[in-house]
Amino acid sequence: MITAPIANMTGKIETQTLEVSIGPQHPSTHGVFRMDVVLDGEIVRALKPVIGYLHRNHEQLAEKMAWLHSMPYTDRLDYFNSMTNNWAYALAVEKLAGIKVPERAEYIRVIMAELSRLQNHASAIGFLLQDCGAWGTPLLYAFREREKILDFFETVSGSRMMCNYLRFGGVRVDLDEPMLAMAREIVAKFPKFLDEFEKLMTTNEVVLARCQRVGILPKELAIAGSISGPVARASGVEYDLRKVDQYGVYGRFEFGVPVGPVGDVYDRYYIRVLEMREALKILQQALRDIPAGPAQAPEVKLRGFKIPAGDGYGRVEGPKGELGFYLVSDGGPKPYRYHVRPPSFINITVLEDMCLGHKVADAIIILGSIDIVLGEVDR
Amino acid sequence: MEKIYQLLHALLPSVPVWTVWIAAFLIPIGFIFGVYLTIFAFTTLVERKALGRIQNRYGPNRVGPFGILQPMADGLKILLKEDIVPRAADKFSHFLAPVLIVVPGLLVYLVVPVAPGMVAVDLKIGVLFALAVGTVSVIALFMAGWASRNKFSLLGAMRAVAQVVSYEVPTVMAGVAVIMAAGTLSTLTIVERQGGGILNISNWYVFRPWGLVGFVLFVIGGLAESARCPFDLPEAESELIGGYHTEYSGFKFALFQMGEYLAGMAMAGVTVTLFLGGYMGPGSGPGLVGGLISMFWFFGKLTGMIALNIWIRGTWPRLRVDQLMGFAWKVLLPLALVNIVAVGLWHFLTPRPVAWVVTTGWLAIWVVVLTKCNAGAALEKREYRYI
Amino acid sequence: MNYPGKGLVDGLAVTARNFVGSYFYTDRLTTVQYPEERVQTPENSRTFPFLVFDESPDKPRCTACKICEVECPPKCIYIVMDRDEKGKPRQQPKIFDIDISVCMQCQICVEVCPFESIKMDNDYEKSRYGRFNELMLRLPDLLKSNEYYRQIKPTEAAAVDAKLKAEAEAKAAKKAAAAAVAAAKAAASPPATPPPASPKPPEGSAA
Repeated sequence: MITAPIANMTGKIETQTLEVSIGPQHPSTHGVFRMDVVLDGEIVRALKPVIGYLHRNHEQLAEKMAWLHSMPYTDRLDYFNSMTNNWAYALAVEKLAGIKVPERAEYIRVIMAELSRLQNHASAIGFLLQDCGAWGTPLLYAFREREKILDFFETVSGSRMMCNYLRFGGVRVDLDEPMLAMAREIVAKFPKFLDEFEKLMTTNEVVLARCQRVGILPKELAIAGSISGPVARASGVEYDLRKVDQYGVYGRFEFGVPVGPVGDVYDRYYIRVLEMREALKILQQALRDIPAGPAQAPEVKLRGFKIPAGDGYGRVEGPKGELGFYLVSDGGPKPYRYHVRPPSFINITVLEDMCLGHKVADAIIILGSIDIVLGEVDR
Repeated sequence: MEKIYQLLHALLPSVPVWTVWIAAFLIPIGFIFGVYLTIFAFTTLVERKALGRIQNRYGPNRVGPFGILQPMADGLKILLKEDIVPRAADKFSHFLAPVLIVVPGLLVYLVVPVAPGMVAVDLKIGVLFALAVGTVSVIALFMAGWASRNKFSLLGAMRAVAQVVSYEVPTVMAGVAVIMAAGTLSTLTIVERQGGGILNISNWYVFRPWGLVGFVLFVIGGLAESARCPFDLPEAESELIGGYHTEYSGFKFALFQMGEYLAGMAMAGVTVTLFLGGYMGPGSGPGLVGGLISMFWFFGKLTGMIALNIWIRGTWPRLRVDQLMGFAWKVLLPLALVNIVAVGLWHFLTPRPVAWVVTTGWLAIWVVVLTKCNAGAALEKREYRYI
Repeated sequence: MNYPGKGLVDGLAVTARNFVGSYFYTDRLTTVQYPEERVQTPENSRTFPFLVFDESPDKPRCTACKICEVECPPKCIYIVMDRDEKGKPRQQPKIFDIDISVCMQCQICVEVCPFESIKMDNDYEKSRYGRFNELMLRLPDLLKSNEYYRQIKPTEAAAVDAKLKAEAEAKAAKKAAAAAVAAAKAAASPPATPPPASPKPPEGSAA
């Protein structure tokens, strides 16, 4: 009937919202991840992340296996940084069992963790710019550098990404001189790549227009949501476990931790670049000062390893945030309760707040700037 | 066409006139189809190889030496794919849309001169024809989105139409500057006006202050109209929701890609004609040798423009839709209008050095003013502290 | 000097440098044309396990003790001990299956083996056309010689050989020492007189 439209023409124009499901098969969602987005034209009105597509039952599996056997499974949690995951688990067990780690092993762990941080941040900013639309160029430059670090991991531990390298009380394989020389060469060549990358992207007007003032995370919300890692530091939260806990031998190194002013996508990108430069400083110091000694505590048994009853929480500053393991032991060879605190899972909870009011294209880059990995989110 | 007709009639006086007429009609069309479609096929290959080299890898190099047969392989693959038409789609529009995208791209080549006197149709309104026909593909974009009966395709199509239409305006205004300077709409005459001078180069319109600004505007507009990076939102819509070509498969999809590339090359060709002196270069002139040298210069410049397109595609990320439109309406359009005033100043200020100084000053002032007004994309001063 | 669009032009300069550099420097063109060229994997690189034998495949070092079967996290190993005709165990595996579609290449089986008999291979070209039977490696597929092990992992094989030799020498030395002690004891203590053939037991012989 003709009366209805005329009656509506005096008031507001009626619009309908559109519900879109972005994912789970999608080139830009960093894994099998789905977002149910309610759109009003182009603007996001509501966003719900849907996860669970990669759930592999990690925690329950670990409760059925001996303490050592879940070490290779922790590699697969955040599959980009297997060294850091191993370290968090080893820290938790060493706290519970009271194992002392030799000095050389601590230095090796720091070297591996910082190299892991370098390659993770390189790939994160590469993927962020790929989502922005640069057809593969920054991604492939970042991956060219990452390949060198992965080759180093293969030389040391036998596998590029699933390293299974740390053990309770030390590391599995000691680093000899050729391996240390390889690490020194990587550290020497990395700044050149960073300078070139910054020239390509950091002052690019298109990147600035896409990333500045987009997806701002206020500092109060970051603290209230337990956000950690570069996402929180970009919003101004001054919290880095390497400075707070000083686990391992981090207390001996001089390095800064950058904290950003605004907390938009550009800050999260630039904080990662600055963190890469700081990681290079730590690596130079560690490679210079590494002492001689054993690489593993000799009293730890490989088979039949038991931990006295109790509970403990071990956490490290992973490249994506605070990665923690909560272990409860009943004195036996298997954990009674094993829980992982994954940083990506907790960082996604504020995705909706960051995306409201922005456009769909922005939602994709905001997701890219949080830098999630689905292995960790779903475990 | 006229010249070919005369030539053939002189060579073969005994052949009836209508045969000669048809031959003179078919030869330029055959030339356009042959040359430009081959350039399109090899542009796809060269683009992939150049992007590969930028990204520290080889491009395709398995099919034939240096991957030369890759376009044939791609063509064969896409011909053999199943052509799926949605059941609820509007069949006629769905079929017509890809055709309508390719044809205007090819029509533009009719008025682009490749050598002295060698233009398929010497229209007195050549530039008007080129710019107008180039815009017809907008209808095809919208037809594709509408006929798919898919709300995502429709959204993507509307966005693409908005982009193309809003970048038409600064492009045409930049072309107007050239028309004012040359005093004619005929492409052949515009190119002839850019001859002479030192080595046939110094009279190119790109070396004038208003020409430089116009060239930049035209290049940006050309990128936007053929939906290439950094304005490839219609193409990359597939990442987010779905572009206007979601519901197309098989050869129709290939026609969309062909339409996009042909439109890009057509805009490159028109840019070369209007700003870069067309076929003018050292050694170009009438006669057989001069004609061949002119063709060499024209295709060289066309290759240079295509290489610039590929270079830009490999480097910059893409703009968001509202930023894209803001850029067109708030920066490019005022600049285009200012450029027209600049051409007027150039024409009427008599001593040449005075004209140079005044025009350059006028344009520089306005570029600075517009940049200051639209400082959205400037790097903010931020303090990063260390704990 | 900051002009509008400077960031864009800088980006173009970087890309151009990479484009030109890819024709002259290998660190700007890092492609390896597999399968015509291959990257030499480092020595420590590990993919799937294999069993080592010293002289012939009939005598592998493995004694079917089943420690690796117990310690394997995803439980991909299945071992059955070989028994001879009387049912006595022969300290050799009859069946030794590793399912490489389950194996997670963690190397724990290598670390816990007390006999240095299972080691990690570095052959990564394991694609097969079938999904089930073809990805199950059985005993004949797994047995590879110590020569092969020395070839793929020289330093590790040398260390293992040295350790095994030292163990063998230590065992031989201990055996020789025990034999020497037994012989010395036999020589020092009074000889146990064999009982005479007469049915009469000797009187007062030492018990």
